[in-house]
Amino acid sequence: MTFSRPLAIALALALAGPVAVSAPQAQAAPLKLELTQGVIEPMPYALPGFIAGNAAAAKPAADITQVIADDLSGTGLFRQIPASAFISKVTSFDAPIQYADWKAINAQALITGAVSVQGDKVVVKFRLFDVFSGQPLGEGLQFAGPLSSWRRMGHKVADAVYSRITGEGGYFDSRVVYVQETGPKAQRQMRIGMMDYDGANNTYLTDNKSIVLAPRFSKDGRSIIYVSYVSGFPHIYLMDLATLQSRRLDDTSGTMTFAPRFSPDGSRAVYSLETGGNTDLYVMDLSTGTSTRLTNSPSIDTAPSFSPDGSKIVFESDRSGEQQIYVMPASGGEAQRISFGAGRYATPVWSPRGDLIAFTKQNDGRFYIGVMKTDGSEERLLTASFLDEGPTWAPNGRVIMFTREAPGGDTLPQLYTVDISGRNLKRVPTDGGASDASWGPLLP
Amino acid sequence: MMHLNKALLLVAVLGLAACNNPNRYGHGGADGYGANGANGAGGISSAGLGDASNPRSIAYFNQAVGNTVHFLVDQSTLTPEAQQILLTQSQWLNQNREYAILIEGNSDERGTREYNIALGARRAQAVQEFLSAHGVAANRMRTISYGKERPIATCDDESCWSQNRRAVTVLSQGQS
Repeated sequence: MTFSRPLAIALALALAGPVAVSAPQAQAAPLKLELTQGVIEPMPYALPGFIAGNAAAAKPAADITQVIADDLSGTGLFRQIPASAFISKVTSFDAPIQYADWKAINAQALITGAVSVQGDKVVVKFRLFDVFSGQPLGEGLQFAGPLSSWRRMGHKVADAVYSRITGEGGYFDSRVVYVQETGPKAQRQMRIGMMDYDGANNTYLTDNKSIVLAPRFSKDGRSIIYVSYVSGFPHIYLMDLATLQSRRLDDTSGTMTFAPRFSPDGSRAVYSLETGGNTDLYVMDLSTGTSTRLTNSPSIDTAPSFSPDGSKIVFESDRSGEQQIYVMPASGGEAQRISFGAGRYATPVWSPRGDLIAFTKQNDGRFYIGVMKTDGSEERLLTASFLDEGPTWAPNGRVIMFTREAPGGDTLPQLYTVDISGRNLKRVPTDGGASDASWGPLLP
Repeated sequence: MMHLNKALLLVAVLGLAACNNPNRYGHGGADGYGANGANGAGGISSAGLGDASNPRSIAYFNQAVGNTVHFLVDQSTLTPEAQQILLTQSQWLNQNREYAILIEGNSDERGTREYNIALGARRAQAVQEFLSAHGVAANRMRTISYGKERPIATCDDESCWSQNRRAVTVLSQGQS
């Protein structure tokens, strides 16, 4: 799915004038949410329903407005002011903004928009206003595309708003691949699902006749790599998402391959290969199929993940006697242990920003999702439960999705998200059980 | 010896009955899951279990000899009990050479997914090495790990987890 190039509507970007901000230190600055400070009080925003340009646009306009509200409020960083509080009515996309009316209800940001539908094509335009400085924040934008992609239109608007206010990249117009799980635990059926980040537009990429695990997006979002037992034994496969065609990547019988992940440029895959009971890490050139061994130790070396610049690999190993996290050069060589806290550390995943490593920690019968700096310092635990595991990063590195399984015998796992501040824990709505997610890139 | 194994098996079955375990007779292949619970061909031929009263049947092996050994938490070392069962397995397998052997390693659910696949592989390997050291031809045997994806007992405590930390010797006729 592609969009026509966003049409810029010329609007001056003026950033003068003192404004109130919700960040701890209010100062003379444009509307800005400083995420590094940890946001406790969500920023109030007004989002009048997008104006329908014609009758066919009435429902899409209302639906798209709702997607934008769900995205923004769902971050926990923004709070939508109910329409019943509005003093001004926005009746035309180009009408002047009555800033005083929005200031009076304490809206810090105002988002206006319009939607028109022609046949199966939809056009969405929006503007963002900094109410307290009485200025637009950034220029108006227009998105056009097939009507079937209306949810993406909403996500695109919300990403632009989020990005302008926080100064960070967005993450709403993105997809997640995961393992759908149904049936009792002893006869669990699994298949790979793909959905929007918010659980919408779910589809299945494999059947549920074999165990499938660890689907992982390529950085361009066009393919996934995953584990399937379809041959009877676990092996890694590469699937082209445009055709849904898969091919097995390794052909050494008598071995198992698992825990695959792409290199950032998509040209290689790092994975675990087990032979004779021992598990080491290998990297495969995906164009030639040639594999190179990266570790050689009588321990379990698994769950590898590249740094975003491709120069390093973080992985877990029990070479010290229990699972701990190590970093080594992407070409192999000496590995440096970086986890030293109490308990066991597993499933490290490098943040797309490069600054943090997310992990699963297991200690005293509890499981935690946490983050640490790439040298292992400043460890912070974000969640705790009976069983949390398998973190994956939102494309902007601000949110982590992970698997949680409640106690209760035959419970199904579920996907949750949490902000890297540790706030805003939320379940991702899915059809049946869901686990082992991989959050893909922001869509083009 | 044989009586002891039967007694152990009975205890094990009673233990299972206490948990929510719809797949108690798991590895029979009659539950639509295939002989190994993996679903999907994979060159594993299914075989009739035969009658447990026939001492050369798979059913006899599964029930009288015992097809399962258990492991301690995060361990792949064979316990004395496991070694005793595997010794009996090796004797039986050496007398019944028509069967191919798939050793399935499994873990409990109290760990991460990838690690448990590797841990299950270690357990399967430990069984294979023991059987090999006791005369079972290596070319009859293959190993696989299901990690934590195929528990047989599902509850929230050690009474189930201890049953799931296991390696199962699965027989089929012909090549593995």
